[in-house]
Amino acid sequence: MNRPIRKVSVTIAVLFLALFVNLNYVQVFKGNAYRNDSRNQRVLLNEYSHPRGQIVVSGTAVAESRKSSDELKYLRVYPQGPVYAPVTGYYSFSYGTSGIEDAENSVLTGDDSRLFGTKLAGLLTGRDPKGGSVELTINKAAQEAAYKAMGGRRGAVVALDPKTGAILAAVSTPSYDPNQLSSHNANTISKAWTKYTTDKNNPMLNRAFRQVYPAGSMFKVIDAAAALSLPKPITPNTQLSSPNSYWPLEPQRTTKCPANHAAPCVENFSGETCDNGKTATLAFALAKSCNTTFSKLTVDTIHGSALAAQAQKFGLDPPYAGTQPPNFCDPVAFTTPLSVCRSSPGSTTDLAQPDTLAQTAIGQRNVELTPLQAAMISASVANNGTLMKPYLVAKEFRPDLSVLKETTSQQLSQVIDPTLDTSLISMMEGVVTSPEGTGGPANITELGPTVKVGGKTGTADHGVPDKNGNLPPPHAWFTGFALQKGDPKIAVAVIIEDGGVSGSETTGGLAAAPVAKKVMLAYLKAIGGN
Amino acid sequence: MNILNPALRIPTRRNTELVLLIFSVLIVVAAEAAVEAARDGKLSSRLVTYAAVPLVAGVITHLVIRKVARYADPLLLPIVVLLNGLGLVMIHRLDLGSKQQAQQNGNTFDGAQAPTQVLWTAIGVSLFIALIVIVRDHRVLQRYAYTLALIGLFFLMLPAVLPARFSEVNGARIWIRLAGFSIQPGEFAKILLTIFGASYLVQKRDVLALAGRRFMGIDFPRARDFGPLLAAWLVCIAVLVRGHDLGTSLLFFGIFVVLLYVATERASWVIVGSVLFAGGAYVAYQIFGTVQARVDLWLHVFNLDPYGSARQLQQSLLGLGTGGVFGAGLGNGHPELVPLATTDYIISSFGEEIGLFGLVGLLALYGVFVSRGFAAGLAVRDSFGKLLACGLAFLIALQLFVVIAGVTRLLPETGLTAPFLSYGGSSLLGSWAILALLLRVSDAARRPATTPPQRPAETEVVAA
Repeated sequence: MNRPIRKVSVTIAVLFLALFVNLNYVQVFKGNAYRNDSRNQRVLLNEYSHPRGQIVVSGTAVAESRKSSDELKYLRVYPQGPVYAPVTGYYSFSYGTSGIEDAENSVLTGDDSRLFGTKLAGLLTGRDPKGGSVELTINKAAQEAAYKAMGGRRGAVVALDPKTGAILAAVSTPSYDPNQLSSHNANTISKAWTKYTTDKNNPMLNRAFRQVYPAGSMFKVIDAAAALSLPKPITPNTQLSSPNSYWPLEPQRTTKCPANHAAPCVENFSGETCDNGKTATLAFALAKSCNTTFSKLTVDTIHGSALAAQAQKFGLDPPYAGTQPPNFCDPVAFTTPLSVCRSSPGSTTDLAQPDTLAQTAIGQRNVELTPLQAAMISASVANNGTLMKPYLVAKEFRPDLSVLKETTSQQLSQVIDPTLDTSLISMMEGVVTSPEGTGGPANITELGPTVKVGGKTGTADHGVPDKNGNLPPPHAWFTGFALQKGDPKIAVAVIIEDGGVSGSETTGGLAAAPVAKKVMLAYLKAIGGN
Repeated sequence: MNILNPALRIPTRRNTELVLLIFSVLIVVAAEAAVEAARDGKLSSRLVTYAAVPLVAGVITHLVIRKVARYADPLLLPIVVLLNGLGLVMIHRLDLGSKQQAQQNGNTFDGAQAPTQVLWTAIGVSLFIALIVIVRDHRVLQRYAYTLALIGLFFLMLPAVLPARFSEVNGARIWIRLAGFSIQPGEFAKILLTIFGASYLVQKRDVLALAGRRFMGIDFPRARDFGPLLAAWLVCIAVLVRGHDLGTSLLFFGIFVVLLYVATERASWVIVGSVLFAGGAYVAYQIFGTVQARVDLWLHVFNLDPYGSARQLQQSLLGLGTGGVFGAGLGNGHPELVPLATTDYIISSFGEEIGLFGLVGLLALYGVFVSRGFAAGLAVRDSFGKLLACGLAFLIALQLFVVIAGVTRLLPETGLTAPFLSYGGSSLLGSWAILALLLRVSDAARRPATTPPQRPAETEVVAA
């Protein structure tokens, strides 16, 4: 019987070999696929089992991991959740990550390939693995002032350091509380998620970077830059034709525009006259935000191609082909590392035909801007015409707090010749300080005469008219900057959705400009003004 | 010079066993220490318990073996103590994981299985001692073959005839539940029927080995000799029909075919057996929803609902993959994500935490255990002993193969436990009983015959 016993044992050996081969297949060959499978919570559970790095703003943590007593050993805490939520994002067991938590995940977990050496050393010395930290460019004073000034109104605030492109504030309101989504209680998480995703005010939308709005009169800054840069230059004091009504398809016609935008006709807000009703200087037209002046100037003198080129220098997309607007958020314009949607002057047809170009010139038709793009316009003007690339991460730190990477600022473009830019600066200051200016509420007098504020208001119609032909209340915009002893300190853009009153340009300034002022003032005080 | 007293020439190897036992205990203690360090960051007094269990089990059994089976194989016991101990550590580790999971969901956890397993280990050791002390010569079992077979069949059928509330757990009617305890009598039936099979085939081997018809160069048995095989086949089908127990019926049939083959040395039985198995499997697939579901699960595991019946296998594979080559380390993985991980799926818990390397180590331990079983069968002189040892070793090997193949998706999952490792009284008791019988046969294989004194030539054969 020994012969069959040997044969049986050989059979067993073959079966064991089959197990061995299959184990290699499952654990090695398929190992990575199984490890990263979406149904596999193990990697996430491991992430939770050691402390995730902090997200730091002005020296304090706005996201940190605290020891908890449950299975997920560390709880992610956001001390001022809603204020910083558009930036930090959330870190949720059920819904993954967003914001900086997502974009800087590999540094925060400590799994970044650049941290391999640190990780290996930790493994050898038996230290518990922990993540690196991320310091943001956000300024605590500016961010918190902006959040407070918005007071729960729908909208966004973005502030930039004009010289570097560092993002000093990025607020989107109403906001959400990432603490709820990062809870360790599945019930709390799903309840909060349902609440936020079904809220009609869409609190989880980062309006600062990922929502586009019609630009309204803010776009006149781009018109003005294009006008100053013309081969036969126009100066701030050039008298420009400023009729009460402008019919781009029938330039000789002077009759009043029909009500409710029934015909291609541009008039000033509330049908006001601009200066004497015939001509006005460029500076005056910008300060008072005269529509007919800029529409006529753009159609007659600047033309669509030069306007598009100027807009592109400020960071907008080139005009798109066709009539259907593309998805501005895919592909994105750039990352800060948070993704920023593209801004657009409209389609090629919009910029080619006089009637649509006349509307485009005053930021209507199909002009769409993100609040960040609006801030970039003021920032580049304040910075001698040099546009810097906005960025949100100042430094990345290793777990031992040594610097892993420091972001260096990067120039995107020269939007206007620096010598011409001084005119643009003084014209924008005129918007805030001249008697006819619409941006008066943004002016800062508290810090003495060394601080000068410039900017541009916008009151942007949007939406579709109701059955009486009335549009919803327009969005209120303000974009501006503060110079201290001629040195650009901060540029801000504020939008308050539905914040204006239709037909009145000053309402944009009244609603949005005070927010901008509060943010700039808070920042200037925080940096100690010199 | 010691030809007349061969006992002095053949080493008992008991000291080897003792040294290996110490290693087994040390490995178990190290594993438990690793679990506690990883879970709590410090060692607790529990460590003493987990050191005491393998130590006490090992020392007592070792002393008994010294007394009543002193020529027994020295590797079998240390391997069993090690596997039993590691299983206990893993069950304890899974308790800790499940406890945390329960707290996470706001529930209280009262299903700790490690203490019960300690109790079962103690009972298993007692059963082992009783068996090895009472059965001084394995050939005695031959005398009671039919009685044992009847008891075995009774055990097998009992859950099937009992009302479902006494016998059904998770859809399989293979249990007897009484007073808070539940045992799976099939675990004992398979041993009893193996003893019977070995005994029966020793008696009938000459008849069964008779050449019947020669077909395609292979001798096939006569039609009337198919009787025993068909009977075994029918028993298996009956188990499947009543109990929905795929694993046990596969195990029974596999063992009977192997015993037939070893007894008769005719490959034709294997062919006939395979045909019957294939036929049975095909019919079972056609008729039973359970079998279809298992096959469907095997083929499309990742296309099925991750929170449904596919969760166990899905999480098992994901855990194994996450463990990779070296594993997460004991206490550092998340094997508790696999539902009911302590029984059928304990292998995937090990795979996740000690990796491919650790699993291959476990496989090697089982491999050595099985090969020592076969070696005892090769070395023992009587035919019954050969069949018994071979059958029991094959039983362990086949069961392990089926369970690992199931949890690693090599084959459809059938619902068996990993011998010695898995949680469960019946499984553990049965495994300790198998160890007692194998040690008994191996003792007989190496024990020098004293009366009458053996001729040197024979002694050499034995020693070889």
